[in-house]
Amino acid sequence: MQSNQTNTTSNGSRRVAIDPISRVEGHGKITLLLDDDNHIQEARLHIVEFRGFEKFIQGRPYWEVPVFVQRLCGICPVSHHLAAAKAVDQLVGVESLTPTSHKLRELLHFGQTMQSHALHFFHLSSPDLLFGFGSDMAKRNIVGVIEKHPNVALKGVKLRKYGQQLIAAIMGKRIHGLAAVPGGMNKSLNKEERDVLLADIEDIKTWSMDAVLLNEQLHMINPENQSFATLNTPFLSMVGAKGELELYHGGLRANKANGDPLFDQFDYRGYENIIREEVRPWSYMKFPYLTELGKEKGWYRVGALARVNNCDSINTPLAEEARQRFKAFADGAFVQDTLAYHWARMIEVLHCAEAIERLLNDPDISGDDLVVTGEKRHEGVGVIEAPRGTLFHHYKVDEEGLIEKANLIVSTTSNNQAMNESVRSVANQYIDGNEVTEGLLNHLEVAVRAYDPCLSCATHALGKMPLQVELLDTAGNQLDQLSKGSDGKFERLS
Amino acid sequence: MTIQSRTPSILLLGYGNLGRGDDAVGPALIEAMQDYLADNNRTDVECLTDMQLQIEHVTDLVARDRILFIDADMSCGSACSLRPLLAEKDDSYTTHAMNPAAVIYTYQQVYGSPAPPAYLLSIRTYSFELGDNICAEANQNLSLAIKMAKAFCEKDYNLPTT
Repeated sequence: MQSNQTNTTSNGSRRVAIDPISRVEGHGKITLLLDDDNHIQEARLHIVEFRGFEKFIQGRPYWEVPVFVQRLCGICPVSHHLAAAKAVDQLVGVESLTPTSHKLRELLHFGQTMQSHALHFFHLSSPDLLFGFGSDMAKRNIVGVIEKHPNVALKGVKLRKYGQQLIAAIMGKRIHGLAAVPGGMNKSLNKEERDVLLADIEDIKTWSMDAVLLNEQLHMINPENQSFATLNTPFLSMVGAKGELELYHGGLRANKANGDPLFDQFDYRGYENIIREEVRPWSYMKFPYLTELGKEKGWYRVGALARVNNCDSINTPLAEEARQRFKAFADGAFVQDTLAYHWARMIEVLHCAEAIERLLNDPDISGDDLVVTGEKRHEGVGVIEAPRGTLFHHYKVDEEGLIEKANLIVSTTSNNQAMNESVRSVANQYIDGNEVTEGLLNHLEVAVRAYDPCLSCATHALGKMPLQVELLDTAGNQLDQLSKGSDGKFERLS
Repeated sequence: MTIQSRTPSILLLGYGNLGRGDDAVGPALIEAMQDYLADNNRTDVECLTDMQLQIEHVTDLVARDRILFIDADMSCGSACSLRPLLAEKDDSYTTHAMNPAAVIYTYQQVYGSPAPPAYLLSIRTYSFELGDNICAEANQNLSLAIKMAKAFCEKDYNLPTT
């Protein structure tokens, strides 16, 4: 990692820049710094995310925060809503919710995770995996997999739709509804709502299992998938009290790349003691690292790959069987393959499906004891496992309950350095002289997409999604430039 | 997970982020149209809003006679414009939001048949800053777009072909 941060102009390196110009949607930029031997010295993935948000909410009353934060993201508004709600619970002095409210929030979060993972795999990443980016042999194998799973697209849409329906049932609408209130929830599920959701749950479980099996096959039969963008990193995630997979509430666990523990069951309210954030001049995003390992070695990965590796078990039977197959793939060691993120996500989708069924059949979910009150405080930290990884919301309020300070560590930020390293790995493998090739650009996209980064600023406007690749020499002269439009068409600009 | 038996024949789907300046023009148009349609007892028109378009929106398109997507557009050459949509595969870079043409394409993938006739109403917009309201210029364009959307809902509306 140290060498990856070398200054480019002082040692004769060249620069490759991949730059989606838009500042409105998907605001990403990749800069590759080459040495004279055409090796990638450094990779910089620039992401502008949540631009100005922490400043924007200063002075607003704390009870507005769970509503405001949903504007951050069109994909995981529920995750921000729940993380903020957990922080606000502490601001109103509530340590634990009623069983009904706790289970409703879990249910909401399972719906959110399911819809987000389904979208990512079936729509964004399955073309990478199903249609291949490697050898003909790999492609033929993948085509064989497709033939066994002809309804992939339809299942993906239906899984996503089901997650959205669940969210709508609890929040009133698919996005930007209202569910969590300080100390609880504003309504429970009625019998009719439960029955509608239960009517489809067997199909949902079946399709989730199909997705797990598809990913197992895709990963196991393709050696390129196993080595592509692979890193050896520590993992950070939340786990339950018994070390089980936990998405809503638990303690923090971090393990080194070799599986040695760093900490376990850590109370996330003290997160500033275990995680620090480095600022680098070239990026709006911070670079978090585990304090104990230091800046150079402390970067880590979060998200489904981290969670499924880190946990000791999953408390739903089908997902647990799938986890055991996942662990067996690496003979019990951590699965560090970056493309195994997709596999781990589908294991979590299956867990969500099973957990949703369990909760829908739990009488507590229709209870009417919804809100707890307590003594107001000036500081609250909410942490959940969002689809993309551990999500931190930290707020301080004044005597009047107005936000004085906010700090968010979003999942994509935690994966920041890992994404850079994966990009560097892939670029070194596929760079070809001084030319920016379509193949290089496509492979870098696959590497970035594996992390499911949230590049979106949560706006959408037409005509604003180009992608550019620029190659500069040591003097800053442009050697080559390639553009890729939102329609997928390439245009050489130089 | 099924469409209601009496699916309104016309769908208006406005999308954008209410918290980001002019990006809110799509949902704002829908809000205005809901009042208009209620006043005119138009049960044959359904209004939906969302932050971004995604794959599940294909399920909202089933059993419609015609569909109108409404979106902010910084590159629109006029105050607003209405054009038919053709299915188009979306290869945009890592984005989690889809173009309406890509939703139409996905509909074909999922259901194995072309989507109902779909159109895009683009509204010229200028600024997407977090926390801003819709700017004055975009509001003027929105007013024109609302008139266009009302006309689109008329039973004898002559749909554009290019």
